[in-house]
Amino acid sequence: MKIAVAIKRVPDMDTRFKIAPSGTAVDETGLKFDMSDFDGYAAEAALQINEKQGGGEITAISLGPDVVQETLRKALSMGLDKAVQLKADAVPFDGYAIAEALAAELKGGSYDLILFGRMAIDSSNQSVGPMVAELLGLPCISAVSQLDVSDGKTVKARRELEGAYEEVTCPLPAVVTIDEGVARPRYPSLKGIMAAKKKPLEVKPAQLGPVTATVAKMELPPERAAGRILGENADAVPELVRLLQTEAKVL
Amino acid sequence: MPAYRAPLDDIRFVLHDVLGTEQLRALPGYEEVTPDLVDTVLDGMAQVCEEVLFPLNQVGDQVGSTVADGVVTTPPGFKEAYATFCEAGFPGLSCDPAYGGQGLPLTLRAVLDEMVCSTNLSFGMFPGLTYGAYEALHAYGSDELKDAYLAKLVSGEWAGTMCLTEPHAGTDLGIITTKAVPAGDGAYHVTGSKIFITAGEHDLTPNIVHLVLAKLPDAPPGTKGISLLLVPKYLPTEDGRPGTRNGVTCVGVEHKMGIKASPTCQLQFDNAKGWLVGEPHKGLRAMFIMMNGARLNVGMQGLGLSVTSYQNALQYAKDRLQMRALKGAARPDQPADPIIVHPDVRRGLMTMKSFNEGARALAYHVGMEMDVILHHPDPARRQEAEDLVALLTPVVKAFFTDVGFESANIGLQTYGGHGYIREYGMEQYVRDSRIAQIYEGTNGVQAMDLVGRKLPAEMGRLLRRFFQPTHELIERESQGDLKDLAEALGQGFRRLQQGTQLILAKGMRDPNEAGAAASEYLRIFGLVAVGAMWLRMARVAQDKLAAGAGPKEAFYRSKVVTAKFWMTRILPQAHGLMASIAAGGETIMALEPDAF
Repeated sequence: MKIAVAIKRVPDMDTRFKIAPSGTAVDETGLKFDMSDFDGYAAEAALQINEKQGGGEITAISLGPDVVQETLRKALSMGLDKAVQLKADAVPFDGYAIAEALAAELKGGSYDLILFGRMAIDSSNQSVGPMVAELLGLPCISAVSQLDVSDGKTVKARRELEGAYEEVTCPLPAVVTIDEGVARPRYPSLKGIMAAKKKPLEVKPAQLGPVTATVAKMELPPERAAGRILGENADAVPELVRLLQTEAKVL
Repeated sequence: MPAYRAPLDDIRFVLHDVLGTEQLRALPGYEEVTPDLVDTVLDGMAQVCEEVLFPLNQVGDQVGSTVADGVVTTPPGFKEAYATFCEAGFPGLSCDPAYGGQGLPLTLRAVLDEMVCSTNLSFGMFPGLTYGAYEALHAYGSDELKDAYLAKLVSGEWAGTMCLTEPHAGTDLGIITTKAVPAGDGAYHVTGSKIFITAGEHDLTPNIVHLVLAKLPDAPPGTKGISLLLVPKYLPTEDGRPGTRNGVTCVGVEHKMGIKASPTCQLQFDNAKGWLVGEPHKGLRAMFIMMNGARLNVGMQGLGLSVTSYQNALQYAKDRLQMRALKGAARPDQPADPIIVHPDVRRGLMTMKSFNEGARALAYHVGMEMDVILHHPDPARRQEAEDLVALLTPVVKAFFTDVGFESANIGLQTYGGHGYIREYGMEQYVRDSRIAQIYEGTNGVQAMDLVGRKLPAEMGRLLRRFFQPTHELIERESQGDLKDLAEALGQGFRRLQQGTQLILAKGMRDPNEAGAAASEYLRIFGLVAVGAMWLRMARVAQDKLAAGAGPKEAFYRSKVVTAKFWMTRILPQAHGLMASIAAGGETIMALEPDAF
């Protein structure tokens, strides 16, 4: 099956972020970057589909400056077959601008299936996948936790709901955004890393759409106040309960 | 709960900027080792070590490997982690591509060793021993043995061991009693008891390949009569699957102070079928192939644990609010200042940091010299590298593990009372690092190896391989912006030279004099060798700063300050150690045993 997986390079979320002097973005100095978590699930889902069916081709696509090539190489070392960088000086906040660039690239690719992560782990917009589907006139199923395309014609997808799940189907070609639960992304193997060096990575200018939404201000949450010790043993419990009711208002 | 982040910026600084990965790429066979390939491999290692190995470190300690009826069970999660480790191809990282290895540089294996030791030393023992078995078999095995076993060891499908020690024969292997009797078909029947066998029995792999030291019936006495035999747990079938169970059983697992997830086994060989690796009675040569690699690996254990202990101590020192800074409140908005404001806490942290970064540079330097031994086209250059690695092996083993243990202890101390509590994880690093001073030849034995074997070897040629470039380095930096550092290193270096002369002069007349000086001498050697790496790193950092380092300015500045700390606060230990050496061995040897 011919599959495209859109991949975003994001900062490691397990860091103590600082705001850049501009006040509209995080300070990137010293940050470690990697593939967005859900995109990793999407890449793994694509690999498993083609391993099960034997054959096919998976293309990783990422938009951004040359540093995204590192993330694309990681996708290639996981086992994806080729990569395309849509080159742009920066990744705009406006998902529509990105969606237009991706759609322009994906349009002529005759893909059977286009996969996205459910959302980018840094910006959490959840918008680009569905927008691309709209621009390409394809059906879209979002936040999918199980995926079956084994008949080559239809997507059978499972979506988790609060306390329940639903099964959704649509014909291929289609756009699917992947939630965790599909499969844990594999670690790149040394063999995969060596092989990735020889796989094609194409660089094209990104045909970004108009940027209308921008970040006006970014702030960190207020620092947590220091804890208070109310006393020791059971004697402190009544006061603790009182404060949890009146001050913290959690009881 | 402790945390670990692979120190990739520091690692890349050493590999790319100080040692130069282009040196590796210039070696025939490493043409593909581009800087970005190295970076990708480092990322891959870091991810598996951080996400798979580290989370199992505490549970491994608490549950440990257990034995019942000769069957050893590893702690929960170890099997899955081992499968992931093998799928990633790490066991075969630097192994021969002819047997499925990736043929990557040994320098990168040194990095992997560091990360594995930082995240889960017990886990690292399984692939570590397998690699030792691979090396011996690759160097000395017959083609039949290599074809039957090497690919399985390279992929990690089967594990390996080194069976040397017996209840009465530890350091002194010449007196082992395990026997190997010809079976008539080219194979041997091996019988005897072995103890302290790391990963001697476990459930991670369907078969285990034991490399066993034993004596043939016609063996000459002592170390000249030792042979090496390959004894599989299951005899392989024609198609390479585990077949009939061989006569080797695990009769016990030791209860240890640390590395509890690594099963230290007592093995009983009872007419077990085995095959000779290398020539009869020449087993010691093959064993030293395993031993030398293993000694460097053990050095990395000291470093690796120190790195994790440091990372956590640093975070704790930044988070823990207690008392005020001596010169007034640093964080008046908080009830107390973070303890990192205190000079004594910083002294500990700087001691750990300067050791970690300096020792890492030295270890990777040794790794790169090992790549030169393997691949350099010029035999003279290969010989030079071989000399240097032989000289530095006991230094890396003993100095790294002594200081690594001290460092893990400082990390615990930084936590105060919490360091002594199990949940915080810091006491495990102290316990785990303790063994590294003992196994693969105690650090006392390493000191004797340095003084008794390596110093006099080839009329001092090995020593010159280190002294000459160190002398040149100090000369080169003796003018200009690093002259203070060069001067401090020069003073330490002079102590090392004095110590060397004294040992060679006195030790010739009285070997006890050399023995009495050996441990102090090895420590001076380590202090100076790490100091030389610090001077090289300071040079690179200073040049980067002069060229305008931008966002990395703080990083390089920290390198220069840390270099200065090592030279002025740690290296001067050399003076005191030299005074001890100069005092001679008289008081050490004076008392009769009964007078103690």
